[in-house]
Amino acid sequence: MSAVIEKHDHHHGPQKGVLRWLFTTNHKDIGTLYLWFSFLMFLTGGAMAMGIRAELFEPGLQLMDPIRYNQLVTMHGLIMIFGGVMPAFVGLANWLIPMQVGAPDMALPRMNNLSFWLLPAAFTILLSTAFMEGGMPGFGWTFYAPLSTNYPNIAYFVFAIHIMGISSIMGSINVIVTIMNMRAPGMTLMKMPLFVWSWLITAYLLIAVMPVLAGAVTMLLMDAYFGTSFFDAAGGGDPVLFQHIFWFFGHPEVYIMILPAFGITSHIISTFSRKPLFGHSSMVYAMVSIAVLSFVVWAHHMFTVGMPLAAELFFMWATMVIAIPTGVKVFNWVATIFKGSITYETPMLFAIAFVVLFTIGGFSGLMLAITPADFQYHDTYFVVAHFHYVLVPGAVFSIMAAVYYWLPKWTGNMYDEKMGKLHFWLSFIGVNVTFFPQHFVGLAGMPRRYADYALQFAEWNAVSSVGAFLFGLSQLLFLYIVVKAVFAGKKATAQVWDGARGLEWTVDSPAPYHTFEIPPKVKG
Amino acid sequence: MESKSNIHQKYYVPEQSSIPIIFAFAALLVGFGAANAITGNGTIMLWVGMIAVVGTLAFWWSIITKESQAGLDTPQLNNSYVYGMAWFIFSEVMFFFAFFGALFYIRNIAIPWLGGEGPTAKGLAGELLWPDFEPTWPPMITPEQSLLGENAVTKGPAENMYLHSIRDLGTWLPLWNTIVLLSSSATVHVAHLALKENNRKRFNFWLGITVALAFIFVILQAVEYYEAYAHLGLTLNSGVYGTTFFMLTGFHGMHVLIGGIFLLTQLMRSANYNHFTDKEHFGFEAASWYWHFVDVVWVCLFFFVYIL
Amino acid sequence: MKKEIGLFLVFLFSVNLNADWLDVNMPLGVTDISVKVFGIHMLMFWIMVAIGAVVFGVLFYAMWRYRRSNHKNAAQFEENHKLEIAWTIVPTILLVLMALPASSLLKEMYDHEAEEGGIDIQVIGWQWKWQYKYLDERVGSKPLSFFSNLTTPQEQYEFNQATKTENYLLEVDEELVVPINTPIRFLITSNDVIHSWYMSDFAVKQDAIPGFINVAKTTINKPGIYRGNCTELCGERHAYMPIVVRAVTEEEYQNWLQDHRETAAQLAFLTEREWSQDELFAQGKEVYQTRCAACHQVNGQGIPGFYPALAGSDVVMNDKFKQIEILMEGIRGSQMQSFAEQLNEVEMAAVITFTKLSWDNNKMGSSEIVIPKDIVDYKNVDT
Ligand code: HEA
Ligand code: HEA
Ligand code: HEC
Ligand code: CUA
Ligand SMILES: [Cu+2]
Repeated sequence: MSAVIEKHDHHHGPQKGVLRWLFTTNHKDIGTLYLWFSFLMFLTGGAMAMGIRAELFEPGLQLMDPIRYNQLVTMHGLIMIFGGVMPAFVGLANWLIPMQVGAPDMALPRMNNLSFWLLPAAFTILLSTAFMEGGMPGFGWTFYAPLSTNYPNIAYFVFAIHIMGISSIMGSINVIVTIMNMRAPGMTLMKMPLFVWSWLITAYLLIAVMPVLAGAVTMLLMDAYFGTSFFDAAGGGDPVLFQHIFWFFGHPEVYIMILPAFGITSHIISTFSRKPLFGHSSMVYAMVSIAVLSFVVWAHHMFTVGMPLAAELFFMWATMVIAIPTGVKVFNWVATIFKGSITYETPMLFAIAFVVLFTIGGFSGLMLAITPADFQYHDTYFVVAHFHYVLVPGAVFSIMAAVYYWLPKWTGNMYDEKMGKLHFWLSFIGVNVTFFPQHFVGLAGMPRRYADYALQFAEWNAVSSVGAFLFGLSQLLFLYIVVKAVFAGKKATAQVWDGARGLEWTVDSPAPYHTFEIPPKVKG
Repeated sequence: MESKSNIHQKYYVPEQSSIPIIFAFAALLVGFGAANAITGNGTIMLWVGMIAVVGTLAFWWSIITKESQAGLDTPQLNNSYVYGMAWFIFSEVMFFFAFFGALFYIRNIAIPWLGGEGPTAKGLAGELLWPDFEPTWPPMITPEQSLLGENAVTKGPAENMYLHSIRDLGTWLPLWNTIVLLSSSATVHVAHLALKENNRKRFNFWLGITVALAFIFVILQAVEYYEAYAHLGLTLNSGVYGTTFFMLTGFHGMHVLIGGIFLLTQLMRSANYNHFTDKEHFGFEAASWYWHFVDVVWVCLFFFVYIL
Repeated sequence: MKKEIGLFLVFLFSVNLNADWLDVNMPLGVTDISVKVFGIHMLMFWIMVAIGAVVFGVLFYAMWRYRRSNHKNAAQFEENHKLEIAWTIVPTILLVLMALPASSLLKEMYDHEAEEGGIDIQVIGWQWKWQYKYLDERVGSKPLSFFSNLTTPQEQYEFNQATKTENYLLEVDEELVVPINTPIRFLITSNDVIHSWYMSDFAVKQDAIPGFINVAKTTINKPGIYRGNCTELCGERHAYMPIVVRAVTEEEYQNWLQDHRETAAQLAFLTEREWSQDELFAQGKEVYQTRCAACHQVNGQGIPGFYPALAGSDVVMNDKFKQIEILMEGIRGSQMQSFAEQLNEVEMAAVITFTKLSWDNNKMGSSEIVIPKDIVDYKNVDT
């Protein structure tokens, strides 16, 4: 490795061949790896969702036994969250943060490469359980003890989570260090673009909660194989303790999946309204408040476990408070659009759909926060509807918006606008047909994680399944559009969108392999 | 872009490197191997993985050291390491937070509820399910034992780790461990001061003492565990008391070991290769931060696990 | 493509117009609390609709009014403190308006004290059935207790071999019978993993946590049969452990109690009778299919990695005492639960006999059968 020391002074373009990708230390390459990996995982998790929806198309067990169904649901949740949404956001962070703060690369490039390659390692372990006796985890993505402690193969699951956690922590350290240490001169904290801000906060959340998740799975492992009694009342422990630890991680985790989306949406809405964001600093404060509050609301997932009244009240109120900063964000986006000069390219369509549908998801979230009503909603499809509204047309739409928005910068080619719009409309219709009816069956009392259900829920489930197939198929269109833009398409200018602001739009499209070797000057 | 000349004003971006992906593969082997070992599917993969992990890590750090000695580290890069280390320690703090949280929850919530205290609903658990369980800390019998007696699978310990009488103070290992660890924090600080004065001999001496103390601590803890298993009937299986005791002290002990090795590495760098100057010694500083962190965790442990 | 889907949807709706697909809201329920919960749910809903109408109204108006073709030059304004204060204060006020009734309703639901004239029923979740213990009613020295198993036949849910009947997956062998207008405390716990006892009509949902008790108090206002579910993932047959509550008048309730005590007395008599091998086998087969087949499968093969096969099992073939012990005590730390309370002596002997004689087990091992007296003996030695 002394080569490192000898030839450090001439940077060249990327190496040829597959080794470029395996050994890369370049933030753009690593970003690309993350994004493709997450898309692969999205397809895998999505295929599992299709399995779920196919089974639920009508009552009765048609395609699989309930063990397999539980495994699909569990792996669907795990893969979408840890393999789909989170890596996609890390990929975007890799691509964009150095360019947006005027840095040559991420602060710790080799560790960056490691963070990525740990992910395939983790998912190899997790998915390998499919080929073992006992099969994949089937205890829900929340792996509540003691269901999980008695489950076969849980050791593989535990170590997979450990490795994912290490990957996330290293990735986040990298993001924080890059933002704190590598900003171009003149880029004060308050001048940082919102995507960067959102990631700074997200990274902080990740470093705070991933170790807690690691602790939770470690305790689980000890209970399952080494005779400890953390979660076993017979030995003086408490199964509910697991839930407290898990949700102390879990709730911040859901904001980890939405804060970067807030950042992305802010950029896109401002660009296509051709207006600066209405309130840059209030957006920052709102995100900081959401992040801080996210640490004190975890038990709203546990209203029915029998906590004392005082705890129920506290967690209800704390949860409700989050609506205020989130409202500030929504109102800000609306105010940004107001009196703009708006065009509706694909990224903008996805961003606006994000605002509307995320807000609907937020509304159902607020209803869930009302403890007495949550006694009815909890663990029914109303919850499933809530979180898919914030996750699919929320997190996933924002990722798609980001891909359309920055794709010309990444590839140098414009994507096919007509196809993009078609993709948007199919997805928009699909997602609503899939998840809106789930509110109905949920309120009528259909529990979640059910392989089979009573006859009264049949109609809306059929509708939901049809919507899901539509939504799923339209994602193939997305794949096609992206691949096409990678290889061909109208050449993009450096500016790409006439209303876009920020450092990344000052460099060529495609962005050069090494962007800011000498930091740009940021003016006031 | 070619014209940008003075490389040392630039941020050092390393060339392509094969270590990270090798390390990731090693991690895959360790993870998979550990799961295999635990589920009784052989330990070969685990060993191979461990060797690979240690090997790649050692290699990786040697490269970083070389780069640093070659003067590639701009102050900015050093700053990145500083931030990186600080946040890494924060993540460790949160890991311990989970275990301390579990301890507090079990002591203050789960055990009283099982013993019939708390609001109506919770008190009923004691009345209906565990009528003979007394909510004390540490619980010397488990709820299951209170119900089934000798037939219980999870039984409480014969004795606990608290100080039973002031006369035993002299042989009370936790106290000695505290003294050892606290003085090691002091010695590492003295070493740091010596380094700042560029007094390498003193630095090596005090760092050496610190490393020795670290290993003394580990040995004492091993003795304590042996006592617990052999004579006190306190094991991982003795209900929540054994659970929290061993998990907290065990993870702490592992961190002491890692921190000790970390310090030892710095000692060898200094003694064998004359690394570090009065200004540039982040490798050592990182190790000492880590050490202070381990120390603080111990103080919390000492209070919450052995005294209160 | 779209047209096909459209047609398909129309088809779906038209064939099902008679069904309750219009059933899109929470049921009002039959307790005072459930009505109040419904009220707060609707309050929340309408507030959300109102906020949504305002926010989306402004948004859609702006999107239409300020589109590029209509509004060439964007105004370049930022921040407006009055507006920002307003959109922080107004939601805060709305939230307080929601929090107040919610908090007081919650307090009301959290009244867990026993009441004069009320009854206590211990509800115990098992994989995958519910046990009910009437703590104030005695049969002999023990509280009146029974298990409530799903009765929907397998042909209805596996590959839809039979048409589904009305209460598909919502029917059980023994319903929980309770009197109306009486405060009932459900003391909910579990024997194995976490379950959750969910009766939408009472607005009750409480997790069943092994080793702990949760309380839900309810007073039912209307007689009727109410159906609910387990709502905490509890393994494979989570969807197959329904709850059925029959709320009756006080008088009917007393009659039902009386009947139940008598049946219990008759059971003791059955144990003393002589049982032939065929009788035991026939009864054992039935017990096996309702109680054991969920795990060990109808063909006795189990599911590798989860449930061991009983066909060819050494214990089943050759170790009579061990098998009785396993069934009586369960296997700790595994899903094999104790059946001591679920099966009476006859059923227990019958099911063991059945496993010993089925799947060629009798050819490979001893075909010695187990009679009810063996079980009685086991119980006597044990205590
Ligand atoms: C991206 C992910 C994401 C996001 C952003 C949220 C956001 C919120 N969630 Fe959600 N949630 C999940 C993902 C997410 N959630 C998941 C995955 C689960 C299920 C986990 C599982 O069990 O598997 C879940 C479950 C869940 C529950 C538990 C339900 C149950 O199991 O019983 C609750 C209960 O309080 C809840 C509440 C909320 C609230 C109050 C918000 C708030 O942040 C929403 C705030 C937003 C708004 C309110 C809209 C915009 C605001 C305005 C326009 C201002 C004016 C509005 C008012 C004054 C009302 N969520
Ligand atoms: C980011 C997270 C995320 C995302 C994106 C999704 C996306 C989807 N989810 Fe998922 N979901 C979760 C997170 C997510 N989900 C979580 C956390 C749970 C809870 C798990 C638990 O209970 O433990 C859950 C549970 C869950 C359930 C409840 C299961 C149950 O409780 O029994 C259902 C049921 O409808 C569902 C459906 C869907 C569908 C139809 C999509 C669709 O949006 C997916 C669309 C994508 C594709 C289809 C892939 C792309 C296309 C192809 C691969 C081509 C092939 C396509 C066809 C053959 C049509 N999800
Ligand atoms: C909830 C699932 C479940 C149900 C229901 C169940 N069992 Fe089991 N059974 C198991 C599991 C799991 C094991 C293995 C336990 C272990 O060894 O850890 C087991 C083990 C056994 C064994 C020991 C087998 C051997 O070879 O060691 C016998 C015998 C048995 N069950 C009989 C029965 C009978 C009879 C019934 C019905 C009355 C029944 N089981 C119902 C899950 C179940
Ligand atoms: Cu019992 Cu779900
Ligand atoms: Cu939450």
